[in-house]
Order: sequence, then structure tokens, then C-alpha cells
Amino acid sequence: MELNKSLFSIQKKQKAKKVLFGMHTTDGLIYRFVLITLLISFSYIYLYPVLFMLVNSLKSVDDLLNPGVRWVPTTLEFNNYQTAFKVLDMPSIVFSSTWYVLKVSLITTISSALIGYGFAMYEFPFKKLFLFLMLATFILPPQVLMVSNMTVFRLLGIISSSKTMTLPALFGQGLNQSIFILIYYQFFKTIPQVLMESAEIDGASQLKIFFKIALPSAIPSIVIVFLFSFVWYWNETFMTALYVGGQVTLPLKLQAFVDSYSTLFQEGTIGARLNEAIKLAGTMLTVLPLLVLYFFAQKNFTESIDRTGITGE
Amino acid sequence: MTKVMTKVKGAILAPFKKSVEVVARFSGKHISPILEKLAYLLTHNFIYRNKESNVVLFSIIKIKVTRRRREHFYGYMFISLWIIGFLIFTLYPMFNSLYLSFTESYPHLTRGMSTTFVGVRNYINIIRSQDLIPEFQKYLGKMVLSIPLIIVFSIMISMLINQPMKLKGIWRTIFFMPVIISSGPVILELTQQDAVSLPSISESGAIGFIVNNLGSWIANPLEALFNSLLLILWYAGVPILIFLAGLQKIDTSIYEAASIDGASPWDNFWKITLPSIKPLISVAIIYVVVSMSLYVEPGGVLDQAKMHMLNGGSDSALYFGYGYAAAISWVYFILMLALMGIFIGVTSIRRKKVKRWN
Repeated sequence: MELNKSLFSIQKKQKAKKVLFGMHTTDGLIYRFVLITLLISFSYIYLYPVLFMLVNSLKSVDDLLNPGVRWVPTTLEFNNYQTAFKVLDMPSIVFSSTWYVLKVSLITTISSALIGYGFAMYEFPFKKLFLFLMLATFILPPQVLMVSNMTVFRLLGIISSSKTMTLPALFGQGLNQSIFILIYYQFFKTIPQVLMESAEIDGASQLKIFFKIALPSAIPSIVIVFLFSFVWYWNETFMTALYVGGQVTLPLKLQAFVDSYSTLFQEGTIGARLNEAIKLAGTMLTVLPLLVLYFFAQKNFTESIDRTGITGE
Repeated sequence: MTKVMTKVKGAILAPFKKSVEVVARFSGKHISPILEKLAYLLTHNFIYRNKESNVVLFSIIKIKVTRRRREHFYGYMFISLWIIGFLIFTLYPMFNSLYLSFTESYPHLTRGMSTTFVGVRNYINIIRSQDLIPEFQKYLGKMVLSIPLIIVFSIMISMLINQPMKLKGIWRTIFFMPVIISSGPVILELTQQDAVSLPSISESGAIGFIVNNLGSWIANPLEALFNSLLLILWYAGVPILIFLAGLQKIDTSIYEAASIDGASPWDNFWKITLPSIKPLISVAIIYVVVSMSLYVEPGGVLDQAKMHMLNGGSDSALYFGYGYAAAISWVYFILMLALMGIFIGVTSIRRKKVKRWN
């Protein structure tokens, strides 16, 4: 009887041990707990700027000055957003920057598809060299070429118009376009050649094959390329300000936030003092369209890396 | 009477007849072939013609059409967009800016650009410059310290995410978010508001301790690193996904075999995980170096190059025009390449294989 009892307790102990520590090192409760804690704390560190921005943009002036208020504002000051909305000239700037970015990114999407298809489907002399050069252009920052690009654009007579962005994009030299071409290249390589050949025998021209067979099957890649080029062109400010000029996109408008604020609220009028909360509300409004886009299409964004094929198939 | 008439007629018309004959002979010999050719050209394509499995270009060049050649042609047609763009927007600007960097050049109202060759004077001026050298030092210090940090951080996070658990997608979404929202002005705004370093770090006095006790050559970059630590970690968004993709490719049976042989998780990491994601480390380094170099700080190297380019004129004492700007960007680019090469070289050193006796 005694023996039985002690055996039973040992079994119980072992069971508890199994639940806590697991069979291997990776499936116990404690392990899970440590893992989740680590991930949560890292994501807190990672998202701290965003949280900071969100909370502080809702603070009133008193809360901003009060060191006791850090994470929970005493009152939610939505007036900050109202002011920032007015300063950024919100609905119209969102519309105009969306229009501009949409134009550039659609051109990028189509031209990258054409180029990637050419690299993937056909064999031709110096193909390896061209592919290498195409990938190497990723390493060359466009800022290095800004001096001569200014000269080229001036020669072409397209300086300070959105053509300075659309033309390079059309000819495969846009922002990070080698990545996009690579994505298409990896995808089109997986399409069976037989499909193209049978269409060719039926008398379809090469362009028709591209538009009728290759492109419709490449929709996942198209979506990824479009989303990324949209986000990257939206966020690119240095070159856009230099070549296109003015405040075409929302981030560029944010750059001039202080100036637009002081022209809107003259010295001496109500609300003339610009505080941090209003500026952060403006920043929040700037990233909001992209966050909305990310919320709906996050899966496409996070699966993009697999599609570049860098892990090697 | 009629005989006389015909004779007179003949005498009058004889020269005409002769001339008509001459014209007819001439035109038959010389003009009509030309007309025929013209007519032929008008009815046929002069530039490009298909003739019995030959392609005739400009009526002279004959090319036999084979399946291979057709494929070459279509391939070049599709990538011709890229080739043209590469020549106009990449290769020409590259050589042009290299040339400009050895000149003193300003935009000229009538002549386009006035250039005078000055040799390596721009580069010497960069080395002498009191504004640029600290910025270059800052850039190098930031890169040298933060790239290993980013790579280690992203390997760590990707290994954490890769563990079997529920709701994996949420973590991926969280760690990729900065890639979506980080643009120059947003980063600048956050930096100005002190939102990019953890308050616990800046309040702990650790930075002050470092600055007071180390030489300025290492203390300044370290201080800069701690002051924008979170932003630097934001660059890990893409590398995390790169490593995650690599980790998911590793066959789990290898780990099982290792655990049967009694390997600890520590051994697993060094002997299985790290070697199999090693090629991806180079990819991640390239990506991080490029994307960090692309961020233009106000007052930084590239911003100064832009100021020199936009404000330079022959009468300007502060700004030195296009040539100087080109030289600055070339130095920047070469430094970037050197950093990339050093980091990739260091990470891909192979340990000497232990000799085995068979």
C-alpha cells in the first residue's frame, strides 16, 4: 500500500514536470511563458515610438507638462487632430499624393512585370550579365546619382514634374525596382513553358501571351509589387522633394508642418502656440493611410520575402 | 499632194520622234528601274521583310530565322525597356557624375553647364572640410555599431517567432510594421520628440557614464546609438522576415536526428541553425547597409551634397556646385561599398576544417 502511494506520487510529480518543462526543451509551459514574455517585451520596445506617438497626440497641454502623466492622458484632446487635419490640408493632400503615388507605382508594377518576364522566359546572349547588372543597381543608391540625374532630367526638360519619377520607373530604374523585377523573375520561372508554347502554336503573339496568360497567373506577385512600390514611393521624400519639388506627398507636407501652422494661425491669435501634441497628431495622420493599407494587406506584405526566392528553392 | 504632205509632216516630226525615242530608251534603261524599285518599296516593307524564313533588314541585311534567334529577339524586346533605362538613368549618370567630380561645374543659364577641369581638388577639399569629415565619421560609427546589432537582433526575433505557437502571424505583422510607416519626416518628427529611445535607458545614466569614461571616438557613436536605438532596431523589419524564411526552410528532421544524438539547443543553434542561414546574413547585410545609407539626415552627408549642388554658383563662397556634390556622393558610395564588403567578409570567414583521419 505504502509503495503504491509513493509510486503514485512519483507519477504525479513526473506528470507535473512534463507539463511544466515538456518532453523536449521546447514544449513545456514554462518555456511557452518565457517565449511569450520575451516576444511581448520586444514588441513593446519595437512599437514604443508608435505608442508614444498615439498617446502623446491625444494629450492636452496640461498633460504634456505634467511629468506624472505618461501613458494615460487625463482627457482625450481630439482637438489636436482637428488642428493637424486643418494644417495638413488633409482631404486634398491625401487625394493628390495618392494620385501621384498611384501613377508611379502602377507604372512600376507593369514595367517590372515586362522586364521580369523577359528575363525569366527567354534565353538570349549576355542574359547573365544583364541579370547581374540589374541586381547590382540595387546597391547603387539613387542619391549617389542625383547630380547627373538632375542634368539628365534638365536635358529631357522634365525637371520639377512627376515625370522625373515615372520615366525611370517605366524604364526599370525606379525606387528599389530591382527587387520587384526579381520577384516577377522568380514567379515567371515557375510557370511551365509548355503553356506558352501551346499558345504560340495557336497563333498568339508574344505580347498577347504575356497579357493573356502570364499576367493573370501572376496576380499575387502583382499585388505584392504594387503594395511595396506604393509604400516606398509614398515614403520617399528626399528625391521627390529634389526632382518633383513642392509638397506633392503627405510626408513632404508633414516636413513643412511648422511653416504651414504659422501661416494658418498667425501670431497673437487663439491657438498660436504649436505644441508637441499637435505635431504628433500630424505625424499620426501622415502614417494613418499606410497603416490602414497595412491592416488590410498585411499578409501580402509579410509574405513578400518568400517570393523573392532569396532562400533558394 | 498627199505624198508631199506626208513628207513635210515627216520632216517636221522627225526631231520629235527622235527625241521621244531617246527619252523612251533612257527611261526604259534608267528611270523605270528606279520607279519600279520605288513602287516595290511602297508596296513592300523596306526596313523589315520576311522572305522564305529569312528576315531582310533595309533590303541588304539577311538574317536566317531560327528558333533560337527568334527567342533572343523576343527576350531583348522585353528587356529593352530595362536596357534603355539602364543606359540613360544609371550608366550615363554614373560616368557623368564621376567625370563631374573631377571638375568645378555650375549650371549656366545659356550653355547648360559650365565645367572646368580641376583634377582631384574636390576630393582634397572634402578631406579638408570641417563640415563633412565629422558627418562621415558619424555615418561610419553609426553603421559599424548598428549593423551587427540589427543582424543579431533580427536573428534572435526570427528564432523566437519561428517557435511553434499560436497566432504566429501577429508577431510577424508587428515586427514588419516599421517598414511601412518609416519615412524621413516621420522619423525626424519622432526623433525631435524624444520618442526613439527608451526612457529607462536615457534616465539610467548609462549614457552619461559611457560618455564620461570612454574616448570621444567611441563614446560619440555609442551615445548616438543609444539615443536612437529604437529607430535603428526598426531597420530589422525586413531582415527578420529574411531570416524567418530561411529558418522555415530548414528540415525539422535534422533537429530530431541531432536531439537523438543528444545535442543541446545551444549546439543546435551553432551547428545547424546558424550554418543554414549563413548565406542569408550577407543578403540581410546588403539590404540593411543600403537602406540605412538611403536615409538622409538633415545636415548629414547627402543633405550637404544637395545644398552644394542647389546653391553653388561661381560667385558663391559657401557652396561649391555640382562637381563638389558629385565628389561627396562618390566618397559616400565608396564608403558604403567598403562597409558592405567588410561586414560580408567578416561574416563569411570559414573556420579551418578539422583534419580527419579516415
